[in-house]
Amino acid sequence: MIQFSEKSLNEVQKIFARYPEGKQKSALLPVLHLAQEEFGGWLDVPVMDYVAELLGITPIEVYEVATFYSMYNMKPVGKFVFEVCQTGPCMLRGSDDIINYIKSKLGISVGETTPDGLFTLKVVECLGACGYAPMMQLGKHFREHLTPEKVDSIIEECRSFSAINN
Amino acid sequence: MSTKLLLDKANIEGIRFYKAYRENGGYAAVEKAFKMTPTEIVEEVKKSGLRGRGGAGFPTGMKWSFLAKPEGVPRYLVCNADESEPGTFKDRYLMEFLPHLLIEGLIISSFALGSNRTYIYIRGEYAWIPDILEHAIEEAKQNGWLGKNILGTGFDCEIYVQRGAGAYICGEETALIESLEGKRGNPRIKPPFPAIKGLWESPTVVNNVETLAAIVPIFNIGGEEYAKIGVGKSTGTKLISACGNINKPGVYEIDMTISVEEFVYSDEYCGGIPNGKRLKACIPGGSSVPILPANLLFKTAKGETRLMNYESLSDGGFATGSMMGSGGFIVLDEDQCIVRHTLTLARFYHHESCGQCSPCREGTGWMKRVLYNLEYGKGKLSDIDLLWDIQRRIEGNTICPLGDAAAWPVAAAIRHFRDEFEWHVLNPEESQVRNFGLAHYADAREVMV
Repeated sequence: MIQFSEKSLNEVQKIFARYPEGKQKSALLPVLHLAQEEFGGWLDVPVMDYVAELLGITPIEVYEVATFYSMYNMKPVGKFVFEVCQTGPCMLRGSDDIINYIKSKLGISVGETTPDGLFTLKVVECLGACGYAPMMQLGKHFREHLTPEKVDSIIEECRSFSAINN
Repeated sequence: MSTKLLLDKANIEGIRFYKAYRENGGYAAVEKAFKMTPTEIVEEVKKSGLRGRGGAGFPTGMKWSFLAKPEGVPRYLVCNADESEPGTFKDRYLMEFLPHLLIEGLIISSFALGSNRTYIYIRGEYAWIPDILEHAIEEAKQNGWLGKNILGTGFDCEIYVQRGAGAYICGEETALIESLEGKRGNPRIKPPFPAIKGLWESPTVVNNVETLAAIVPIFNIGGEEYAKIGVGKSTGTKLISACGNINKPGVYEIDMTISVEEFVYSDEYCGGIPNGKRLKACIPGGSSVPILPANLLFKTAKGETRLMNYESLSDGGFATGSMMGSGGFIVLDEDQCIVRHTLTLARFYHHESCGQCSPCREGTGWMKRVLYNLEYGKGKLSDIDLLWDIQRRIEGNTICPLGDAAAWPVAAAIRHFRDEFEWHVLNPEESQVRNFGLAHYADAREVMV
């Protein structure tokens, strides 16, 4: 059965308190972020149904929102998701080369996950780091001024993080 | 000499935290404003001439004065921190390094508008910033600037941070409100405007981060003094986020009297183009505004020096001018391909179209596919006219401005760089191995001497 941890349930209550009485649907986006974090990095249908129940709304209200926003994953992803920006300002500073480098280094195409389940490569549109291009989002943070060497060290960092935490 | 009103304290150690912020004059503007009535505050903002810094440039004081005030109905202020316009990263800088400046501006603005619950809607990708903002809010609360009965005025206010989840469209104020209500970011049909029916059907004002931060210096120095900075209807200072092919990308505060040329070449700002390359083109106000070739960037079509302000950047209309927009300043050097660059922008708008209106939903994808063919040597000359036709049929035919924002970059690229598009068609193989280059879009600096 799907159930948030005690900590997340407390967090949900805190989120509810931000809105006036009866406007709890507003909590949907923040609660989906929590759910994605807690239930494996993506939103499976039972997870979305659970969120609907928690908020007292119909499942379709959750599905239509989850599929609209690009940060919610509708299928499983690797442990580390490289989201590389490819919009104009990043392109001017060589994001195409960075994307190609990651592809060859990890042996995957855009949208794929490495067989060991560690890395997923996604391309995204402008993340608001144009002055620090090329860049990618990795988890909560941005990795900026990317070069092939920097990509190598990020991959190493992820591998050793994963080895320590397994 | 440049006037700094927003970033003047950015380099003070610990300014991100309450102690240093307060010791350096922080929250003095709240003290001043709370001695005034809400109506007087709105008048002061009107006097300052402050215009919305998100892109539209609408006078802030006027926007505030439109807010409906029916008895017994709550009113809301929402801070638009959904910064997503390619080339724009100024609000991120403010929130990351000067969170108390935004919170201080929000307190004054909430008081003026009567908003007891104020929301900061921040784009989901800025995932580390809500912690910074929430910490600043907590500090402000502990020191009596938020919560119940602030400064004994009887005014209660709480500020909450809400994260989006990846959608450019939520920067449009009615889409933002929908999203804040827990829905898809589909813009609403206006009227009713948010000032009458906004968040949860209540009167709502949505303002950009930089606009709300600018409220602080307005009350520190007074609206009239603020209006003396700058030129004409471009009062005060503006943050410009500069990126692309320049030596010093970053966020700069300018008073709106400096020339575009100075901004590009001065070491105080962009520091020129790297590797001795020449300037080819520039998008001065975020990806939606028209791109200008170098020869129209530094001088207007009338031969006047072009300045970094609302009026001068739009001098000549779309035929020979552009817009101030959000202040996202994107520079392209001589090695850049206009077709490829336009393709990335078309792809962006197609990705971000909410799909509500057919001209935008279908047109953005169509433009992307045609541009893809042109870029990859599979285009026809008639495709250029087709592109022109598609963009013309999107513009003005959609509920929200995303349609226009998608149409303008394509239109401007064809308007000014048509021969580069033609070259791609006529030289399909060559265009795959080299770029068109500078051709006759001479670097304006070289033309002048």
